[in-house]
Amino acid sequence: MNQPLLNITNLTVKFPTRFGEFTAIDDVSLTIQPGEIHGLVGESGAGKSTIGAAIIGLLQSPGYIANGHVQLMDVDLRKLSPADYHRLRGNRISMIFQDPQTSLNPLLTIADQLVETIQQHTPMSDSDARDHAIQLLDETGIPNPACRIDSYPHQFSGGMRQRVVIALALCTNPELIIADEPTTALDVAVQKQILQLIQQLASQRKVGFLLITHDIGVIAEITHRVTVLRNGRVMEAGETAQVLGAPTHEYTQALMAAVPRLNTKLDRFHNIVKDDPSAEEEDEWDVPGASAQFASDWLLGKRNTESKTDVPSTHPILEVNNLDVIFYSNQPSWFRKRTGFQALNNISFKAEQGKTLGVVGESGSGKSTLAKAIVGLVDPATGTLSFDGEALPPGSKRSRQHPSRRRIQMVFQDPYSSLNNRRSVEAILTEPLKLYGHGGRNLDSRKLAASVLDLVEMPQRSLTKYPHQFSGGQRQRIAVARALIAQPEFLICDEPTSALDVSIQAQMLNLLKDLQTEFGLSILFISHNLAVVRQMADTVVVLKDGEMVEYAESETFFTSPQAEYSQLLLNETPSLALLE
Amino acid sequence: MLTFIARRLFQSLFVMLAVSLLAFTLFRFVGDPVAQMVGQETSIEDRERIREELGLNDPVHEQFFRFSKNLVTANFGYSYRTRQPIGEMILSRLPATLELGFFSLIISLLVGIPAGVYTAIKTGFLSTTLLITTLVGISIPTFVIGIALIYVFGVQLNVLPVFGRGETVQLGWWKTNYLTVDGWRSLILPAVTLGIYQLTLTMRLVRSEMQDVIKTDYIKFAMARGINYRSVYLHHAFRNTLVPVITIVGLQFGGIIAFSIVTESVFQWPGMGLLFLDSIRYVDIPVMSVYLVLIAFIFVLINLLVDILYFVIDPRVRDRRQGA
Repeated sequence: MNQPLLNITNLTVKFPTRFGEFTAIDDVSLTIQPGEIHGLVGESGAGKSTIGAAIIGLLQSPGYIANGHVQLMDVDLRKLSPADYHRLRGNRISMIFQDPQTSLNPLLTIADQLVETIQQHTPMSDSDARDHAIQLLDETGIPNPACRIDSYPHQFSGGMRQRVVIALALCTNPELIIADEPTTALDVAVQKQILQLIQQLASQRKVGFLLITHDIGVIAEITHRVTVLRNGRVMEAGETAQVLGAPTHEYTQALMAAVPRLNTKLDRFHNIVKDDPSAEEEDEWDVPGASAQFASDWLLGKRNTESKTDVPSTHPILEVNNLDVIFYSNQPSWFRKRTGFQALNNISFKAEQGKTLGVVGESGSGKSTLAKAIVGLVDPATGTLSFDGEALPPGSKRSRQHPSRRRIQMVFQDPYSSLNNRRSVEAILTEPLKLYGHGGRNLDSRKLAASVLDLVEMPQRSLTKYPHQFSGGQRQRIAVARALIAQPEFLICDEPTSALDVSIQAQMLNLLKDLQTEFGLSILFISHNLAVVRQMADTVVVLKDGEMVEYAESETFFTSPQAEYSQLLLNETPSLALLE
Repeated sequence: MLTFIARRLFQSLFVMLAVSLLAFTLFRFVGDPVAQMVGQETSIEDRERIREELGLNDPVHEQFFRFSKNLVTANFGYSYRTRQPIGEMILSRLPATLELGFFSLIISLLVGIPAGVYTAIKTGFLSTTLLITTLVGISIPTFVIGIALIYVFGVQLNVLPVFGRGETVQLGWWKTNYLTVDGWRSLILPAVTLGIYQLTLTMRLVRSEMQDVIKTDYIKFAMARGINYRSVYLHHAFRNTLVPVITIVGLQFGGIIAFSIVTESVFQWPGMGLLFLDSIRYVDIPVMSVYLVLIAFIFVLINLLVDILYFVIDPRVRDRRQGA
């Protein structure tokens, strides 16, 4: 075997903190050959990006490399002076960042950024550099590059921007590119194209890629070899097909079990990764009498008194008929007719009692707008909504006291911004009780809040804490608890797991399923991730540019999609099929 | 761009209308204008005659219309105190204030921006010193700084003049300090006094904006591409800090011109602030209301300028405005 392009041995990275040193990367070794795509996979906090930063020499201070070697071909990177290192950056090692929306300077044209980078490393006249830049844009698949080069980043779509980013990373002909979650912010169709581009560059230009991602599907699709990381340590490494297909390490096995498959539906995820036990130093602190059983009795009790007849209602819980939503440009003018953007066009569907309706589509397809129209945050232009057999007035005409305000609850995508950081969990959880006047004065709201926390598998002690003290997955549990305490019948989950790691996602999906079986909740589950929707939904609605392209039973949809777009979407979702 | 400016001007019209209504109310209803014009021995008949002559018995809306028309045609009326036309009084004072304000703005930008960029990028003794000394500058009231400067440079060292404009050159109606050595020397102390607050503000704003920008992906990406540090900081990062900085600097500049009163009175600088102060002392209401309208006009003008600068700096604003 010839000399590897990149050779990392026993790399250890430490961050000094007030409480002593924190070892972010612990004794990691990996090698990359020219033209190899090497996957680095792990959940958040595993230290993936730190390895990338250590290679390119841009570790966030005060972090430092405590031990180990980083060797690029014949150069020992750790022995370079800062100035030499900086010359090497861009020249021999380059980087691609996660979000193309933020990785280009918004105030400079593409030409400015490309030409500057090219001239930084090779002396070249302005016009030569520009020609080279145009050629690179062409290579990365930007149509009409001679014209587009003078555009600003905001004038490109997300996928095109990521191509520009790749062109920028390529423009000095580096040997190694560190791609940090290069497709996470992109839609599946675009993701597929970008991954193909990366594959093409690796095979044609013999560029080595270190592909950092949490998406096992992406890893399975294009990497040659993979390193699985957890808490800064290598768990398992080797050929991709072997590591992911027949994992030997316990963690890899658990991780793979948590990945939702596109081709099968599981009733529950089994054998998933437990939270790191060291993170929980819980001493027992319980509210007297609070228990999951209490919460579940309370939630069920309400239901029984409400529906006096035991006959299950036959009508759908939510019916949407010919719904149109139009957004007008925010400055209405006196002189011109208002032109609007049609976010939803003629949407009709029914959600059944106690079932899950999945809504899928790419970004901008109107998924979230649909959710907002139902909860009344957005007014439909035309069309009707009915909830549990009764007409549901549009948001601005729906009174605050309207019963649907309680009966429909929502769980948002980003658990970091959907909980108020200034309020304790207790205040967050008991607010719905006061708001909806539940249970009168006799109700011990604290006991109930603690019980509901228990129900969503959170320690009762959490009541006294604040949202910032929790991880993303825990916060999302709190958000679910907040929705539950309103005793909803219909739960809208808008991408509830897309900000979470796979193992946490699996726990979350299990939780939602359990709650559904126990309380007969009806769920509207919005997601761009088809594999997740497959696990959850009984019926699927596919949206594209505000139009409904397909509305079918989940199993029918996934086994034989009718609309061309649905087939395309299913096709482009990275799957683990290659491994099986 | 032109339609955008036209729209802004149209909006400004309403602002000016509202301010002139306020100024009119001040002029017409704070005290009795006639009582302030005439002596105690004027008979009731004479007062009534003056009232009729001045049109104070006309309906209020007609009076307001006349007031606005006079403002638009630059017919500002006469001062109660000096009996001079207000237009002339303000014109003779305006250059002094504008020159002082402009020079202090330049000082604050020339020192504040580089200091802000420096303290954002580097940490160390110089950074800390800069931050602490300017903190002192911002927490001491202007008049104390002025007096301290007078004491040190005027009284103890005796190197700089401490009051008045010194030698000036007449350019048409504009009297300027900028063309004589003595004029510049006279300008230094008041301009430093006036600029020091703005300097600290600019510096701290540039610093915090810059620190935010440096954390963004596009700066990390520029670093990862090996762009030299100078260009990363000055070309890539600094431009991105400008939009909020311009907003605040613009508003502050308006403030400097409008409220340089304290500085002008400490240094006996014959500008509009001093004029305003005298007018308040003698309840010279016509001057006060014209001053009010003029200051509003300056603010509107500066804001327009700030908006145009956004346009130049940020291509996203350009597209959005054109689209809308």
